[in-house]
Amino acid sequence: MKLSGGDLLMRALKDEGVKFIFGYPGGAALHIYDSIFRQKALDHILVRHEQGATHAADGYSRATGKPGVALVTSGPGATNAITGIATAYMDSIPLIVISGQVQSHLIGTDSFQETDMIGISRPVVKHSFIVQKTEDIPRIVQEAFHIATTGRPGPVVIDIPKDKTDPSILYTYKRKKEISLRSYQPRVIPHPGQIKKASKNILSAERPVIYAGGGVILGNAHKELIALNKLLKAPVTNTLMGLGAYPANDKFFLGMLGMHGTYQANMAMHHADVIVAIGARFDDRITNTPSMFAPNARIIHIDVDPASISKIINADIPIVGQVKESLAALIKEIKRSKIKMDSEALESWNIQISEWRQKHGLDHDRYLSQFKSQMIAPQVVVQELYHATSGNAYVTSDVGQHQMFVAQYYHFNKPRRWINSGGLGTMGFGLPAAMGVKLAFPNQEVVCVTGEGSIQMCIQELSTCLQYNLPIKIININNEALGMVRQWQDMNYGGRHSASTYSDSLPDFVKLTQSYGHIGMKVTKPSQLRKTLDKAFSMKDKLVFVDVYVDPNEHVYPMLVAPNGSMKDMWIKKNTKA
Amino acid sequence: MKRIISILIENKPGALARVVGLFHQRGYNIETLNVGPVFDGSYSRMTVTTRGTESDVEQITKQINKIIDVIKVSDLTEGEHHEYEFILAKFKHTDKILKTLKALNGKIHEKNKEAMVMSAWGSSSEIELAIKTIGKTNLIELVRSGSLGLHEGIKVLKI
Ligand SMILES: Cc1ncc(C[n+]2csc(CCOP(=O)(O)OP(=O)(O)O)c2C)c(N)n1
Ligand SMILES: [Mg+2]
Repeated sequence: MKLSGGDLLMRALKDEGVKFIFGYPGGAALHIYDSIFRQKALDHILVRHEQGATHAADGYSRATGKPGVALVTSGPGATNAITGIATAYMDSIPLIVISGQVQSHLIGTDSFQETDMIGISRPVVKHSFIVQKTEDIPRIVQEAFHIATTGRPGPVVIDIPKDKTDPSILYTYKRKKEISLRSYQPRVIPHPGQIKKASKNILSAERPVIYAGGGVILGNAHKELIALNKLLKAPVTNTLMGLGAYPANDKFFLGMLGMHGTYQANMAMHHADVIVAIGARFDDRITNTPSMFAPNARIIHIDVDPASISKIINADIPIVGQVKESLAALIKEIKRSKIKMDSEALESWNIQISEWRQKHGLDHDRYLSQFKSQMIAPQVVVQELYHATSGNAYVTSDVGQHQMFVAQYYHFNKPRRWINSGGLGTMGFGLPAAMGVKLAFPNQEVVCVTGEGSIQMCIQELSTCLQYNLPIKIININNEALGMVRQWQDMNYGGRHSASTYSDSLPDFVKLTQSYGHIGMKVTKPSQLRKTLDKAFSMKDKLVFVDVYVDPNEHVYPMLVAPNGSMKDMWIKKNTKA
Repeated sequence: MKRIISILIENKPGALARVVGLFHQRGYNIETLNVGPVFDGSYSRMTVTTRGTESDVEQITKQINKIIDVIKVSDLTEGEHHEYEFILAKFKHTDKILKTLKALNGKIHEKNKEAMVMSAWGSSSEIELAIKTIGKTNLIELVRSGSLGLHEGIKVLKI
């Protein structure tokens, strides 16, 4: 049977195992939308803004490990999608973004709703295709999924001029058994010589630290990471993107590292003699001043992307390969090795770390004791959320102080449960991302922890949640300010709050949520917090927006001292350096 | 330090823009750029010259390699190599210019009272020198191919 371009597209997506398309229609995409209407295999989710479509597809991908799919029209539809594409690109999330384009003969004529989507998306995609022949659509879709999901994953754009989906132009659908591109062959298996070297260095270490990033989660290698540390018994720290890769409740877990990492994690990194970096990229939010980074450490760096290795910090032992395969090889080599770790040295290293933890570790009790105070501490909201969800929820967040409080206080024990925009730091990510997660896992608790600033960037998706019955729980940590901005202004700009406050003009979030057809609750006193959260979570089939007014003067600590600081230089509370 | 990078890239629409865009994105400059299809024409060979430290160039080549359409990349400056540049120039002729260009495999393509058109090729430093010799006052038009490079000896960059 012969199919139109739109039908070829649907068929190709179905064969890739796609369940949901997040999208928004418009002129250049109308042939495709008609094909969507005439099929049953895929569900289309109509968002309220194209940014929401890309974030929802992204959230779906982060939670499931499968690529997410978004569909937008040309021009403004395409440009609205860019923020979401860039968000996925920075965090290496596999995404397929299909954009309608004006008809081929109009390209380059400044025609209605024409934008050079390939051009504007180029710096933020792993790859992009423009369809030149209708019959190429199945092959392009197959190649796009292959590229998006293998190697270091990332978003791929497919731009389709409207005439290529003309319902009167028909072709037979063909699918290749295998995709092989001569210009793209990512390395999977690590070099055995490098694995040997790494094993020798790790086993000779006295103060080792495992520094694991989002690559462990993307590469589905958390089991291997746990198995590796069963052997090593070394302290482990996770990046913001890596939270959940190693169980937070394990005694060897140091917490997150970096800008707002724990005291013990940052101190351990600074004083280590061997750092095993796994699927992490030495982001500037981690290393602080690169020239002052971990002065005595040998660096072993495992990553699927060779360009991530020795980009910021020189790796003494680079290992290029998929994290899963590399860790498996490393475990095998360590088991085979005759070198025994110096258990006394390791013991005293672990004691040193407990001392650091005792001294300035995150103080959970102190925050719990604030229940007696008049104002709610934002950290307590996260702790109470952990309690209310038994630590089992999928938690998305936006960007700001609230995001850091979740990273610090919600202890993620499993991968893919913590879903946030780490690399780009995109306010507005949380709610649409939560929609993608809820669609993937309708029977799981999905929570979006947000701030009153961020939530207003994609608030319109509350309407999508009603249409598709997505009972997400939204916890708005309301400090009546762009809190993270204000924190920097407090610390670096003499407390001059330039354009970071708006307490006199915030909406009534309870009424706002109600007008979108959901339930809104407001909390202002510590004594109401637990009760309200319990009530919200008891309403299984309702979206509940809990607006929690918190102490607006709270800062996120620890915080690395910058500029010209190393990882051991931290603010541990207001006006106090460690 | 000057670097010569050779790239084999799929001959597909937009492929060149990905390479050029990447230099800008990553904060590196392109000094010269040459590109043209080779062998069966399904792919092109590019020669790009840039300036940077050892680690800069390592980053550049790794990043170029990540471009999906790029088949192979090599930093020619890492080993022995051939490098030549070709120019076409229109100038008010003097005997000195003629002599300089003749020494660089110069060929006369056009000659009249006002001006002369010649081609020449040589190493990029020879070419730089020749352009100086022609001088600003005599030079009317100039076009350069940018560096063209190949590995020396048995080392090759091919599919
Ligand atoms: C789209 C976007 N614009 C601006 C910023 C810069 N920024 C980072 S955090 C922040 C404040 C966020 O405020 P809110 O959502 O209320 O979170 P809070 O820090 O108060 O918890 C801003 C403006 C950003 N990350 N993303
Ligand atoms: Mg706020």
